[in-house]
Amino acid sequence: MAIEAARRLSNDTVCFVGIGLPSTAANLARRTHAPDCVLVYESGTIGAKPTELPLSIGDGELAETADSVVSVPEMFAYWLQGGRIDVGFLGAAQIDKHGNLNSTVIGSYDSPTVRLPGGGGAPEIATSCKDVFVMLRQSPRTFVERLDFTTSVGDRVRVVITDLGILEPVDGELTLVATHPGVSADDARAATGWDLRVADDLRQTRAPTEDELDALRSLRQKGEG
Amino acid sequence: MTTLREAVASLVHDGDTVALEGFTHLIPHAAGHELIRLGKRDLTLVRMTPDVVYDQLIGMGCARKLVFSWGGNPGVGSLHRLRDAVEHGWPQPLELEEHSHAGMAAAYAAGAANLPFAVLRGYSGGDLPQQTRVAFIECPFTGERLAAVRALRPDVGIVHAQCADRRGNVQLWGILGVQKETVLASARSIVTVEEVVDELEPRPGAIVLPHWVVDAVCVAPRGAHPSYAHGYYGRDNRFYREWDEISRDRDRFRAWIDEHVLGAVTA
Repeated sequence: MAIEAARRLSNDTVCFVGIGLPSTAANLARRTHAPDCVLVYESGTIGAKPTELPLSIGDGELAETADSVVSVPEMFAYWLQGGRIDVGFLGAAQIDKHGNLNSTVIGSYDSPTVRLPGGGGAPEIATSCKDVFVMLRQSPRTFVERLDFTTSVGDRVRVVITDLGILEPVDGELTLVATHPGVSADDARAATGWDLRVADDLRQTRAPTEDELDALRSLRQKGEG
Repeated sequence: MTTLREAVASLVHDGDTVALEGFTHLIPHAAGHELIRLGKRDLTLVRMTPDVVYDQLIGMGCARKLVFSWGGNPGVGSLHRLRDAVEHGWPQPLELEEHSHAGMAAAYAAGAANLPFAVLRGYSGGDLPQQTRVAFIECPFTGERLAAVRALRPDVGIVHAQCADRRGNVQLWGILGVQKETVLASARSIVTVEEVVDELEPRPGAIVLPHWVVDAVCVAPRGAHPSYAHGYYGRDNRFYREWDEISRDRDRFRAWIDEHVLGAVTA
């Protein structure tokens, strides 16, 4: 998943990165084909160049290696709302076929069965970045017909990268356009809570290269240290 | 300059709206523990990213309401005491006022600027506007529809910083979060610092809060732990992972608080 996301970032991409898979993907891009890709973490670090994967968006190394560190109000007002971010990454607990996301509650808002952390930066990332990339593991619990709560809207979602393949919006509905090696369209359908559309020209994603795997391993090893 | 205990005892009252801010860096854990030791009650807690110290305050029944935008253990997962309060009302029900990061950051900035509300391009689409305090207004110049959020004006703002000089001028650097806005937006403020120095050194990216905007400066070495203080000590990532286990179980949580907070001697 991280490798597929990394491949979509180019050398001049400015991306707004959260912790976990997005951070792994953006750092992988920086280590391979896009060394000048700009990583912006919402804690206020612009142009961070961590050597290991941070656990939190505010780890000290992000500030030490950044081109600039700004306050959080400035980050959201001047940089995100200001329209200076190309790609924003989002994850969620639920996604629907339009790319709307839920990271707020499972169940009703007033008496939830699971209270999730909440939207954080997501509502404005979803509407202020030029393109939104979603990274999520695919399962019927996650890929649902109807969200329990809409935390952010899917208008700018350009791609959804899952452990099974790639979905892209076609005529406003997320459509399976590629599967990873060894995964069938039926596997992806079975892991989706709505009747999943499959592209006529379904592709297979390229297997990871040695360079990509090496860079990934090196980032992870350091991150665990 | 005063002790943390005196500052918290005299400046924070039951029922107050209190913001202990920090965006993963410089989180005022020592001050949070003092609120628990002094048994503060019915607080409205404000924080963009409530994490472990808010989990502790909520689990100890200090809070009536939480104003927030992301409540989790960064990089680890859920806050189990926060979830228990929201999902099961333990140890007491917790009212929520939920925002987005952009909205809360703007609301702090408006508070610091002594404005009644902040305006931003946000909260559009989605279900959050139905659950929170946000209004939509028309730009008087362009007609664009924009979101308005009420300014945050906490009774007490509490932040941690690297150092202060002997007059109480406070210096902090690294990831700055909304600490400056919190101090300026709040009616009263407490700053805990790693150390007091004779003279503040100029540093790239550092900000200084003049002594006359801060009510109390208290020395609290390692007062941000398990968060970090840039230039002093690193983030204790292992503790954040351990908290996930400690906080899952009510009894284990209480035992941890008894040993590490209530049993600990205050400075």
